[in-house]
Amino acid sequence: MTRSLRRLAVVLALLMTALLVNVTYLQFFASADLRNRPANSRVLLDEYSRERGPILLGSTAIAASIRTADQLRYLRQYANGPLYESATGYYSVVYGATGIERAENSVLAGSDDRFFVDRLQHLFAGRGVKGGAVRLTLDPAAQKAAFDGLAGRTGAVVAIDPRTGAILALVSSPSFDPNALSSHNPAKIRDTYAALLKDPAEPMLNRPLAMTLPPGSTFKLVTAAAALESGNYTPTTMVPGPASLKLPNTTKVLHNWSGTACGPKNTTTLENALAISCNTAFASIGLALGDQALRSQAEKFGFGTSFDIPLHAATSRFPAQLDEPQTAMAAIGQYDVTATALQMAMVAAAIGNNGQVMNPYLVAQVLSPELQTLETAAPSAFSQAMSPANASTLMAMMVTVVERGTGSNARIPGITVGGKTGTAQTAPGRPPHAWFVAVAPAGIGGLAQIAVAVVLENGGGAAEVSGNKLAAPIARAVIEAVLRR
Amino acid sequence: MSSSAIPVPRYRQPTRRTTELGLCVLALLIGSAGYIQVDLAVLGSIASDTMPVLCALAALLLLAHSATRWLAPYSDPILVPTVAVLNIMGLTMIHRLDLAEAQRAARNGDIAPSPDVYTQLTWTALGIVLFCAVLFVIRDHRGLQRYTYTAMFAGLVLLLLPLVPGIGATINGATLWVRLGPLSFQPGELAKILLTIFFAGYLTVTRDSLALVRTKVLGIEFPRGRDLGPLVVAWFISLGVLVFERDLGTSLLFFGLFVSLLYVATQRRSWLVIGTVLFLSGAALSYLAFGHVRLRVNIWLDPFADESDTGYQIAQSIYGFASGGMFGSGLGQGYPQLVPYAKSDFIMAAMGEELGLVGVMALLLLYGVVVERGLRTAVACRDVFGSLLAAGLSIVIALQVFIVVGGVSRLIPLTGLTTPFLSQGGSSLIANWIAIGLIMRVSDTARRPDIDVVALQEAPTQVVRR
Repeated sequence: MTRSLRRLAVVLALLMTALLVNVTYLQFFASADLRNRPANSRVLLDEYSRERGPILLGSTAIAASIRTADQLRYLRQYANGPLYESATGYYSVVYGATGIERAENSVLAGSDDRFFVDRLQHLFAGRGVKGGAVRLTLDPAAQKAAFDGLAGRTGAVVAIDPRTGAILALVSSPSFDPNALSSHNPAKIRDTYAALLKDPAEPMLNRPLAMTLPPGSTFKLVTAAAALESGNYTPTTMVPGPASLKLPNTTKVLHNWSGTACGPKNTTTLENALAISCNTAFASIGLALGDQALRSQAEKFGFGTSFDIPLHAATSRFPAQLDEPQTAMAAIGQYDVTATALQMAMVAAAIGNNGQVMNPYLVAQVLSPELQTLETAAPSAFSQAMSPANASTLMAMMVTVVERGTGSNARIPGITVGGKTGTAQTAPGRPPHAWFVAVAPAGIGGLAQIAVAVVLENGGGAAEVSGNKLAAPIARAVIEAVLRR
Repeated sequence: MSSSAIPVPRYRQPTRRTTELGLCVLALLIGSAGYIQVDLAVLGSIASDTMPVLCALAALLLLAHSATRWLAPYSDPILVPTVAVLNIMGLTMIHRLDLAEAQRAARNGDIAPSPDVYTQLTWTALGIVLFCAVLFVIRDHRGLQRYTYTAMFAGLVLLLLPLVPGIGATINGATLWVRLGPLSFQPGELAKILLTIFFAGYLTVTRDSLALVRTKVLGIEFPRGRDLGPLVVAWFISLGVLVFERDLGTSLLFFGLFVSLLYVATQRRSWLVIGTVLFLSGAALSYLAFGHVRLRVNIWLDPFADESDTGYQIAQSIYGFASGGMFGSGLGQGYPQLVPYAKSDFIMAAMGEELGLVGVMALLLLYGVVVERGLRTAVACRDVFGSLLAAGLSIVIALQVFIVVGGVSRLIPLTGLTTPFLSQGGSSLIANWIAIGLIMRVSDTARRPDIDVVALQEAPTQVVRR
């Protein structure tokens, strides 16, 4: 019987092999696919079973996890939820995570490779694994000033440290409380989410990063930069500035807001054209420079590039292939030019930083679960958008805008502020978007310490003054919050 | 020839009991490490009743070892430590799931259910005592052959007992249980040992006529019709189990056992052909005839189609395996309680989740060792009955592991069976310990020296060995 026993052993060994192959398929090859099916509640339970690391501003936690008694062992809580929502995002059992909660999830959840040693230490102790912490660049005073300034309005504020690219303020209005979506009550979460989704003001839209709008006259900074960089213009160069300009090859006519010419004999200096935001002058300059020069200048400031700060920011656009009338309109920030508030803050910041554009970032430091610094953000340059000389020239022109031009509401006693207003027309019958970009302090030799972009969506009145009237005070408050302390 | 002729070195057959003792210690260490890790991971400290449990296990292993040393000194030294590891790992996982249930009860403000691990430990003790009793009572396995037809009768009675009104109980759709007051028992587990004894005894007697008397049909040699009788009877019994007790697993197990033993006994491959044909036709018929069989097959084909209802168990089991990945979450750190019946039928999914692929492979290889040692015993045994008995018991364990692990890992349709030594369930545990006792008894006989070699060497006359 030995032979048949041996054959039987072979058959049984084959059955065993089939089992081994099958579990290898389940646990190795198909493991990730099967594990991540939505009906598998383990991934979520696992994430909630660890203490998620805090999101810090300085040494204050703006998001932290506290121990609960239910099956999801930790509850995410946000101090000042609405104030920091556009940065922190929410952390929801039902809808997943957004903002920093999403972008830095591997750190906060403790699954990041940098925590390998920590995890190894906790391998035998089990659930002791905690997530790491993330420290943001936000300046609480700037954030608060921006948030208060936007209260009751629809819009966005971004403030940047021009020297590093660190984001000092990031506010979207209206905001909402991320605590409401981060609870452990799925039914309530769904109700809140549905209500937020239905709100016509779109509170869940992260405006400073996600929304691109025509930048209007604030784009004249880009056109002016292109003009200075061309070498054919200085602040005192005389440019045409009639009350209205007939666009080439069309019957369309471009008017100044004032309805009058920008200077005697229908001409004015480049500096004055910027100070009074002369549409016809900048349209003429745009036509003289050509769309290629404008596009190339815009791209040096960051148009056409998407930035992950690490939150994803929408790409600002300067359209490809423009004919002459379109070029004239694009030169004053109309036609299909669109920009995020972040992008316009970057333009102002570059002008205040000797023409160098820094990559914007929101995470200052990544910390271990024991709050030891693992990584500190290293500021990096995105491009040199203009020469340092031209940058300080343009900076001086921006100061003129505030001191004796359209940006009077940004004046701060004792601090030299450079700024630019903008009013971007949208659909006919809808109020225009009111913009203001500013950079301060301006001075000989020193670099600016803060650049701000404010946009009020459909918030302007009918005239150019609206940027100054509504948006400039918010920019001023943010600058004061940072520079006066 | 004088007694002082040539000095021959004294030869003694090694018993290797000390190897067994060493491996038992290793088994206890592995199991204890797991048991303690569960405490540390879930509770943060070692529970006060963990040490008594481990001491009890140590005492039980010592008892089993003493029994083999005294009653079966030449038996296989690997088997007891191997099944001991499986048994302790089963206790560990049941303990782990007890803690999960206690935690859930605490969260909901309920009273914690009484832990199942102590019940299982009691059954383990009973199983090991019965293991010793088998070695004590059955001093020579050949004596069992006299009870061939008694075993058949008793086996059939046990198999059909759940169908008796008043004591039979249907749990989860299968009528497998006998309930007497507070005790419930699965007589099918003991029946599989009795029927193995019957098959072994029956085939020892009839294997020559089954093997030699043939008629040829279509070029293949077939046994005579009258010799086919027992096979047909076995087929009807397994169909009966399937139809009346709705137990696919046990049905498949008996049929596979009988066909395999028939092949081993007669060395005729035609039995395998006939067996396979009968099995396939039976399977096809039951698929067509029974809704519950069709449902099982459909769930197997697409478990995620009705994931929240009929496919829930198998889908959760698959998630358990998949979430474990290569190395598992670690004992006490996964969510094995999410799989229904994680302590019994689905314990392998719980193992897969917390011990990972490496853990599952280790457990399967331990079963492989048990089966291999059993078959090795069958080969080494010098009498046909002992060979068939050892082979049959090994086949039962192998097939049972294949059917249940294949079922929960979706290799084959899911059928309810316990995982030998791992799963919660007293009937299964004591039946398997008895089976190991029988294999050990056969193994002892197989390796025991024929006659006292030393005495032979010193005998005054020349002895010619057979």
